[in-house]
Amino acid sequence: MTTLPQVHENNKAKVIDIQGGQRMRQRLGEMGIHPGDIVTILRYGALRGPILIEIHGSQVALGRGIASKILVEEVE
Amino acid sequence: MSIALAGQPNCGKSTIFNTIAGYKAITSNFPGTTVKYTETKTLINGTTCLCIDLPGTYSLTSGDPAELEARRHLLSGEVDVIINVVDASLLCRSLELTLQLLELEAPMVLCLNMMDEAQRKGINIDAQKLSEILGIPVIPSIATTGKGLKELFNEVMKVWEEKKKRKPLKFSKDIEEIINELVSILLPKRLVEEKIPSRFLALKLLENDQFFIHEINQFKNIFHQVKPLQERLEQAHGVPSDEVISSERHALAMNLFEQVSKVIHPPKKDIRIAIDQWVMHKFFGYLILVGVFYGFFNFIFGIGKFVEEPMMGVFDQWIGWLEGFFGKGTLSLFLSKGVLQGIAGGIAIVLPYLVPFLIGLSFLEDLGYLPRVAFLMDVFMHRIGLHGKSIIPFILGYGCSVPAVMATRILEFPQHRFIVSILATMIPCAARITIIFALVAFFISPNAALAIFALNILVVAISGKILSTFYPEPGSLGLILEIPAYQLPSVLNTLKKSWYRIREFIVIAWPILILGSALLALMEYFGVERYVNWFFSPLTHLLGLPVSVGTTLIFGLLRKELSMIMLTQALGTTQVLTVMTKTQVMVFTVFVTFYIPCLATIAALWREIGRKGALLAILFTLSVAILIALVTRIFFGIFPLW
Repeated sequence: MTTLPQVHENNKAKVIDIQGGQRMRQRLGEMGIHPGDIVTILRYGALRGPILIEIHGSQVALGRGIASKILVEEVE
Repeated sequence: MSIALAGQPNCGKSTIFNTIAGYKAITSNFPGTTVKYTETKTLINGTTCLCIDLPGTYSLTSGDPAELEARRHLLSGEVDVIINVVDASLLCRSLELTLQLLELEAPMVLCLNMMDEAQRKGINIDAQKLSEILGIPVIPSIATTGKGLKELFNEVMKVWEEKKKRKPLKFSKDIEEIINELVSILLPKRLVEEKIPSRFLALKLLENDQFFIHEINQFKNIFHQVKPLQERLEQAHGVPSDEVISSERHALAMNLFEQVSKVIHPPKKDIRIAIDQWVMHKFFGYLILVGVFYGFFNFIFGIGKFVEEPMMGVFDQWIGWLEGFFGKGTLSLFLSKGVLQGIAGGIAIVLPYLVPFLIGLSFLEDLGYLPRVAFLMDVFMHRIGLHGKSIIPFILGYGCSVPAVMATRILEFPQHRFIVSILATMIPCAARITIIFALVAFFISPNAALAIFALNILVVAISGKILSTFYPEPGSLGLILEIPAYQLPSVLNTLKKSWYRIREFIVIAWPILILGSALLALMEYFGVERYVNWFFSPLTHLLGLPVSVGTTLIFGLLRKELSMIMLTQALGTTQVLTVMTKTQVMVFTVFVTFYIPCLATIAALWREIGRKGALLAILFTLSVAILIALVTRIFFGIFPLW
């Protein structure tokens, strides 16, 4: 188990847990990110900028701070 | 009857709205363009309908003010039929909102929009089956071409006539039990107003929705009964109660999605993904960003200069004729000259730059480039104590400060909205951009104009840093922003949208320009303007400007363009450089770029951040303007570049 920003570009990961408060869970949930979902890491922004991921067919940019609170498990 | 368009951001609500309303709501390929609702009266099959375009919401849980606005409206009981607009290419995620809307138990139609995009992704959706499961009509559509919209509104009318309440989908048995228990607590207390379905309220309370928890706080005994139910959910599922409910909805939506959709072929090789490899690249992305804005700059300047030069020549000639016709020093000469200069200012100075600017801005908005800018700039926004989403009001600020200030509603925290709205007013709006182009780029050099834009960004960044130390924001989440797919803007829509904004200049600003210009001419004739200039002389002296520009600064408060048009009149010539040095032109433009926002913006600030906030914005921008203009004067005093 690791955090989202540890996953390499173009790899997939399964969300295990979101270690944030209700608001963070809500915001991520609205974007379709819940425990059990599979996300693809598309790219990392420069200088510790945001991370671009794909989830259920849409692209979402997440700040590093939030991403590091998402526990994931790399798949294949 | 009234219809509300509800749906997630960027799913095409405003596009559908515009097809029935004419162009009234600004659309763009940017989540969160609509922050307040727009409404229109229209005739559908012989019935007068009030149609409301709500701000996009990802969910019906308390969020930013734009989302709360949408929820408040849906719960107001004034909506007869809800049209839930859904981006078919993002059906799985969008269905979560659909399930929440169904919880409102109101008559509803689902509009499966962007079917073309879904097809491109290889997703085939069985609309019939979806309709059967949800128990509401489902109409596929492509709003940009108008396909399916006639059927949509026919269906809306049918649903309205039936007036049948809708049933929400059921959750797992154990959760439903707890919901029912809470409903039975709520019902006899008559707490539930008729408009708010009891099941909806029960769910929101179980979800720990702060708004509704606060609402029932006054009924202590109920509040105490909610908590144990939340705990029972938590114990049974091992996660917080809000997560239990949202996971349940998520599972329902996923299940629904799998039942009604089939991936018939892998997504077609999409050139747009290849484009993003470059556009969002760690290094080339920024190079492209600079290139895009440099190209945009030259596009505006190229067209503007091409038109301004010959037009000014024509108007100068006409003013010469007027002098011959009325004779020097007569009242009629002053007045007619004032009016003519107001007209000339609009046609020859403002429009040549405004039109290409607004067309270019519409194009970039519709293309979907701006969210990419937010992605690239997030890291820099953090450096000045803000976060990536704030770039949205800033970019809108280059169009007009009023929508920019309003766009701060997409930010969650008041402190954040406060800082960003003040900073956004310092971004040169279209009016100030025309001043920078028509004065600095035209009379000095395009590079000098670029320098002003760069200086502006620097000053805004430093101001952001200063303001955010005084008003730190509480535990911001950081960026969570959807990056929508690129859309090739349709020429028609780009033109309509630009026209919508240009018309605002023609019908509101231009008459003020002409009136203001005539007024200044009268003041000049009767010698009143001398007193105004005398009043401003400490400022003009400090900045080393001609005393006669004092009046133009007052008029600039009405409309920023007035400062420039008045300038030519106050100086008595359109050949500015014959009476002002290049340094003076620079100092004047810098001052006008930063000083006090125009009246319309002050009103918007007042609404959004209160009277104190608006007052602070005025003081802050005025001090910044004086400081930066003074620095500019001193800089050119030390380094005489011309």
